[in-house]
Amino acid sequence: MNFRQAFYEEPILFEKKGNAVKTLDLSDVPPSLRRERLAIPNLPEHEIVRHYTRLSQMNFGIDTGFYPLGSCTMKFNPKFAEELARLVEVTRIHPDQDPSTVQGALRILYELQEILAKISGMDAVTLQPAAGAQGEFTGLLLARRFQIDRGEVRNEVILPDTAHGTNFASAGMLGFQIRELPSFDGRVDLNALERAVNERTLALMLTNPNTLGIFEERVVEIARICHDGGALLYYDGANFNAILGKTSPGQMGFDITHFNTHKTFTTPHGGGGPGAGPVGVKKFLEPYLPVPGIGFDGKGYVLDWDRPKSIGKVRAWFGNFALLVRAYAYILSQGSDGLAEVSERAVLNANYVRQRVQGHLPVPFSGLRKHEFVASGAPLKAKGVRTVDIAKRLMDYGFHPPTIYFPHLVEEALMIEPTETETKETLDAFADALIRITQEDPEVLKAAPHNASVARVDEVQAARQPTLSWRMLQNIQPR
Amino acid sequence: MLQAMGLKSIDDLFADISTAVRTKGLAIPKGMSELEVVRHVTAILRANRSGETMPTFLGAGLYDHFVPASVRAITSRSEFSTAYTPYQAEVSQGILQTLWEYQSIICELTGMDAANTSMYDGSTSLGEAALMAHRINGKRQIVIPRALHWERKAVLDSYIVGPGLAIKEYAYDPKTGMADLESLTEATGPETAAVYVESPNFFGRFEEQLSTIRSIAPSILAVGVNPLALAVTKAPGDFGADIVIGEGQPLGNAVNFGGPLIGIFACREEHLRKMPGRVIGLTRDARGHRAFCMTLQTREQHIRRERAMSNICTNETLMAVASAAYVAVLGANGLRSVALDNIRRAKRLAARIDKVKGFQAPAFAGAHFNEFVVRSKVPYSKVARALLKAGLHGGLPLKGRFPELGEAALFATTEVHTDEDYDRLVTVLEGMS
Repeated sequence: MNFRQAFYEEPILFEKKGNAVKTLDLSDVPPSLRRERLAIPNLPEHEIVRHYTRLSQMNFGIDTGFYPLGSCTMKFNPKFAEELARLVEVTRIHPDQDPSTVQGALRILYELQEILAKISGMDAVTLQPAAGAQGEFTGLLLARRFQIDRGEVRNEVILPDTAHGTNFASAGMLGFQIRELPSFDGRVDLNALERAVNERTLALMLTNPNTLGIFEERVVEIARICHDGGALLYYDGANFNAILGKTSPGQMGFDITHFNTHKTFTTPHGGGGPGAGPVGVKKFLEPYLPVPGIGFDGKGYVLDWDRPKSIGKVRAWFGNFALLVRAYAYILSQGSDGLAEVSERAVLNANYVRQRVQGHLPVPFSGLRKHEFVASGAPLKAKGVRTVDIAKRLMDYGFHPPTIYFPHLVEEALMIEPTETETKETLDAFADALIRITQEDPEVLKAAPHNASVARVDEVQAARQPTLSWRMLQNIQPR
Repeated sequence: MLQAMGLKSIDDLFADISTAVRTKGLAIPKGMSELEVVRHVTAILRANRSGETMPTFLGAGLYDHFVPASVRAITSRSEFSTAYTPYQAEVSQGILQTLWEYQSIICELTGMDAANTSMYDGSTSLGEAALMAHRINGKRQIVIPRALHWERKAVLDSYIVGPGLAIKEYAYDPKTGMADLESLTEATGPETAAVYVESPNFFGRFEEQLSTIRSIAPSILAVGVNPLALAVTKAPGDFGADIVIGEGQPLGNAVNFGGPLIGIFACREEHLRKMPGRVIGLTRDARGHRAFCMTLQTREQHIRRERAMSNICTNETLMAVASAAYVAVLGANGLRSVALDNIRRAKRLAARIDKVKGFQAPAFAGAHFNEFVVRSKVPYSKVARALLKAGLHGGLPLKGRFPELGEAALFATTEVHTDEDYDRLVTVLEGMS
């Protein structure tokens, strides 16, 4: 054990005693709209900096330690990309500026589109979607518009039972029916797929390697079955870190793909966001991409609003530009050689950790893994220990827990993605901790964590009486 | 490591990717050193003209405000910035409490009970609000103002594709720029799922008829706000709003060429379980100590899947951290002073422009926040070019989308502008006649 997280009994901002309220002359505000009071404390600046610095010390980031959160690709976020994204030429430019005054920004967006098209084997890219889930939403809108255009009504989306929750939600948000495809040995069951594809199938959404970390070897046949049935094939790019320079969605036969820049291209995830979710498509879908397109007319970079078949917009303006700048800088720094090595190391590290732990925690399903693997905590159930206990105990050893209870196909799942930026020493220390935990006193595990800022948090109570704001708290327990 | 796995080469690990789908490497240049990348990207970015070197009077939902360095110092704490979503509450108390404070700040400003930790931007907040209203009452018409940013309208159109909701527009009063109540009454009916109104509206004009609009709206009333303006204006909750949304960028975040931004989303407690997005709740740990965690996750995609309230997963959390830090650093006194200063600046600038021959500002009578419509006798494209030539950037041209306004543009101003900036602007306008 080598970890003790900071703990401060830090008051909520609203509990702090502030300075006096200044009286303001509100005569410039129409009387019917005037607000007389705003209940935000007035505190000295250094108190606020301390408040949030203390809180930050009660938070675990990649810069704190190993973060093998499966399907989230938590690798080191290079600091030079942060510095670039903070230049005023990034932060203080307005998206409605005359294009002649933002040629640098447009050039980066244009070049990033080109680069992402090459990486994904697609023909055209939009950078507009704000995150992966919005990329899915965009991709499905494109597919829908294409099918309508050729006179077909297709409203079913096929999803493997290992698919990310967002795939279901994106399809559901667009009102599509979902056909869930059961897997066979952790892979798409081709017979089941043959039966599922019909004249109502809009698309199959597939993650490859899938969420078990298994590469769908028969992807060419999967593509054939879909295309023969008139369905499109959507590539969920969450696991792109496994295939850079080895294969691409385009090469595999996919029609649409999204990227998660905060995964593959290591833009910092900010504790939940922002991300960016560019979408790439094959030529026949290009006319449907969101407006405006970003082009180059031989002299300069231009905004192209002339896309009569476009699906329109999915968010305001051009996308999460400051994140796209970071992704662009990261890709330039890696280059073709570096990116290929990224996937090689990511896959090597995942298979190494799998090999270290599989004698202690089973890793269901045969074959190689790519960038992640899913172990099962089920054997510990006999001792009364659940996967959540293993996860909480890992914190005591200074590791962020893996993704747990997903995918549902694996009982008591621990989804482990080490990424390429970790050393063998770190991987060994993590594997050692995980193995040791399987042998520890069940009571120690069930009471874990012992070294985090707080003890096990009661999530059931939080949901039983939702208290989401200072205002709601005041209503429950008057001051 | 390969040895430990009984493998000879890295290629063995990719044996499952058949030659049929193999690519022969990536057709992009080889990697660059950090120094080279920084030089290269910085050089490209130099072709941009930022608000620092070119005073810019663009607004239309995004505003270049001064953000104290402390805010960036706080969001730069890499314990915050390099964390993932706080699925594991025990090691994430810092961001969880910060986000709970953000939710509380948004509730205080809007007069709502609950706020989520963010949507992507103001436009997707509007799309989500329409879907939420439909979830609440099953009705199918969304009534929106004609005076709405076209970007927002376009995004709303995309969001309502699923349930196939219909849009109805109500006019603005040509004199005041506020909602035309007769037109609003006509647009509403038994199939109205929600009425949407903005204050300040697209023209920068405060909406002074919220009480009446509440009485006209037969179902959900969704109000779009600028959170900074709320520091000195009444909360929409005071007028009976059900949902309050808005672009949260003015609270401590940069304009960033339009992204990342942050969508505000708040609602009354009775609608809480229909609200999209991630929320943080208050609870206790096993030792009885106060603690925070993500809650009501059964509304979200990873649990509820296709029946989730939204597909949103990654949101704009770090922008919410910035907003919390910004509001906390300024305090009520500071925030109210900035808001008031913005109102006065816009008023003064409009009066100065109005005095210039051939220009009228504000085009609409009455109280504005920090932007207003300017009308000109000469084509506005000529004015815009003259301003650019003088090293300034004018407001947003409106002719294309609002031809009824003639030669018009939307001008915004904030505390970043100096008296010299205003003088330069007025000088160029004076040279136009």
